[in-house]
Amino acid sequence: MGNRVAIVGIGQTYHKSARKDVNQQEMVGEAVRAALADAQMKAKDVEAVFTSNMETFEGLFLPDHLMADEIAAYMKPGLKVATGGTSGASVVEEGFHFVASGLFDTALVIGFEKQDTGDTTAAITAAVTPVWGKGVATGAIGEFAKQALTYMERSGAKEEHAAMVRLKADKGACRNPYAHLKLGLKSIKEVLDSGYLVWPLRLLDFCPQSCGACALILASESRAKKITKKPVWIADVVTVHQEPFRAGSFGDPTGTEEYSQDIAAERLYKRNGITNPMKDICMAEIYEPSNWEEMSHYEHYHFCEKGEGWKLVEKGITEMEGAFPVNPSGGVIATNPIGGTPTIRVAEAALQVRGDAGEHQVTRDVHTAVATALGGPNWTVMTLLRRSL
Amino acid sequence: MTERVGIVAVAQTKYSPNRADANEGELVYEAVRQVLQETGLKFAQDGSGIDATVTCSQDFWDGRTISSCNVMSYVGHHHSDEDKVAEDSLNAVYTAFARILSGHQDVILVATHCKESQGDKRGIENAAMDPIFLRVLGLDFLSAAALQARRYMYKYGITPEQCARVVVKNRGNAKRNPLAQEPMEITVEDVLGSQVLASPIRQLDSKPTSDGACAMILAREGKAKKLARKPIWILGASNCYETNYLGDRDLAECDALVTAAKKAYKMAGIKDVMNQVNVAEISEEYSYQELLWMEGLGFCQRGEAGRLLDSGVTQMGGQLPVNPSGGMLAGNPTVVAGMARAAEAVLQLRGEAGEHQAEGAKKALVHGFTGACGQLQGVMILGN
Repeated sequence: MGNRVAIVGIGQTYHKSARKDVNQQEMVGEAVRAALADAQMKAKDVEAVFTSNMETFEGLFLPDHLMADEIAAYMKPGLKVATGGTSGASVVEEGFHFVASGLFDTALVIGFEKQDTGDTTAAITAAVTPVWGKGVATGAIGEFAKQALTYMERSGAKEEHAAMVRLKADKGACRNPYAHLKLGLKSIKEVLDSGYLVWPLRLLDFCPQSCGACALILASESRAKKITKKPVWIADVVTVHQEPFRAGSFGDPTGTEEYSQDIAAERLYKRNGITNPMKDICMAEIYEPSNWEEMSHYEHYHFCEKGEGWKLVEKGITEMEGAFPVNPSGGVIATNPIGGTPTIRVAEAALQVRGDAGEHQVTRDVHTAVATALGGPNWTVMTLLRRSL
Repeated sequence: MTERVGIVAVAQTKYSPNRADANEGELVYEAVRQVLQETGLKFAQDGSGIDATVTCSQDFWDGRTISSCNVMSYVGHHHSDEDKVAEDSLNAVYTAFARILSGHQDVILVATHCKESQGDKRGIENAAMDPIFLRVLGLDFLSAAALQARRYMYKYGITPEQCARVVVKNRGNAKRNPLAQEPMEITVEDVLGSQVLASPIRQLDSKPTSDGACAMILAREGKAKKLARKPIWILGASNCYETNYLGDRDLAECDALVTAAKKAYKMAGIKDVMNQVNVAEISEEYSYQELLWMEGLGFCQRGEAGRLLDSGVTQMGGQLPVNPSGGMLAGNPTVVAGMARAAEAVLQLRGEAGEHQAEGAKKALVHGFTGACGQLQGVMILGN
């Protein structure tokens, strides 16, 4: 096997619906400088730069070229990946491979999106096949409304449970200095009173469009130990992609689909000796575009039995102080710069492992954490982090 | 010592000005099917087959967000690891190389496609320009290339005739490559008499609109030796970014290419590229680029590439034939071009390039680039 790889620097921008004060490259530069400061490194110490976003969301072709100076890529190797919602995790995976390969000892990996300059829903609609898909495509909201209905039907979860997920997320977001929507919600009634986007999905059931970026610095074992006293090791990454236009891209009305989450979880746990995910893993940062998807994901990541995800919410198990905290950062439902969203999941999980999450640090000690990504026609990437290998 | 990484199978479609008969997936499958049949490999999660797929395409060119959705059903990664690398496909080969060196994966399918016939080249390339200062000028990669050609020719005394001779050579080489799109028997006068697109670049200094796909399978040494009779090894690889703003660069120079080449040569133990490399496949979207990139790659001193070309060294039968395939000028799509170069180099090193075979090739240089005036440059050294 190749070199072990650790996260040694973490940087995020704050998040807003619009960042009129900066252009895309200046915004991404904020995250890069924050990551370099966190690692106490200079731009010249980074050997290679890997980027990810969805170019059609901003209408900017080759964004990595435009921002080469701001991301410290001048006269350095690097490349860009784009896999839809999973982009920001795919870029972590490539950084992980490149550093493990020995080609580089340090690498900067960046996920970003500046959605105030484009039309994301139009671009998502353009992800389907142009011949027979475009007439029926609805962007993300329609897909996740279908998912919510399917989950409700299958598990018996009620709208109140989805609202409880939002309350939990908002509590985290309010404590997270980088989160976008900090609503200060007091009761589930406020969520249940928000209007429907597409029934049964309400405004407060769904993620926002954010502008923001997240940068991580990865280093090989020998370099990592010189850079930081608290390296967070990337133990493994599993990607499960599949072809589009299966019956249940998000939420399977037929009940016959295999979920990419199940397959990814099985593979990750088997390869890493995880027999009881709720015990062997201490917390999770998962990619939940909607409150309903979070409950479904608990089941598909094997945190509980099928049909019981909403019970974890009811019992408060996934609260910040609970036995298995999920998304103490506030999650995607509070902050969603799409290309950066999965990178933030990894970053937030790493902060928890380091014990550096500040006010949203979970109560239990976190030696192992998992970060997930969701995208495309139901694609999954899982990243397993550990305090020691 | 880590095992080497080998290329065990390559396939390209015939390059064509308009493949209206095939969608992106059908196009890429023509190449993917060949490498699957050649190796007999299947997709597997237990280490018995292909572990992962790296695809390469551009959302802008496909007109589709998540352009890998276009090919997902055709490149076989049902419930397995896939990543889509953007920009020039040599980056995708580089990625697969790193994945195998990491020890995480053993066998990887790399597949790339682009249908330029469906895209608005000027509109797409203009979208790469700074939206506030440069887009409004209507700048695209052609007009940027014209600025670069002008500056390069002025600074180093490169003549339009020398640029035209690149076209005559490459379009001529293409006559012996059955997959080439537009082989041509032409003269320097034909090139210089063709329509001006953006001075000094003329129609024949430029590549034609092209559709096509390329696929490749890479494997770690132990498996590569079992999978292929003649595995071709990646001996060195690197790439490098230039700064973006054209006004911040001396366009007669190509520092990113110099840096990428240095790193790739060091990895491959190349000290004297002219004597240690036997054949080169260089991405030249415009004729001047072959000369400028040759200088960046260290084939000669700065400003000497025209004379090197004139001496016949880079002709078929010369000491270092450049683009026996006909290169990009004979017709390759952007995105696909870098991997097409690598596939051609593999054929050369296997001695299976047929009529466009360069004699006794043992080491080959592969080059790819992306962006205005070659902002991201990639170099790979292959050996048999």
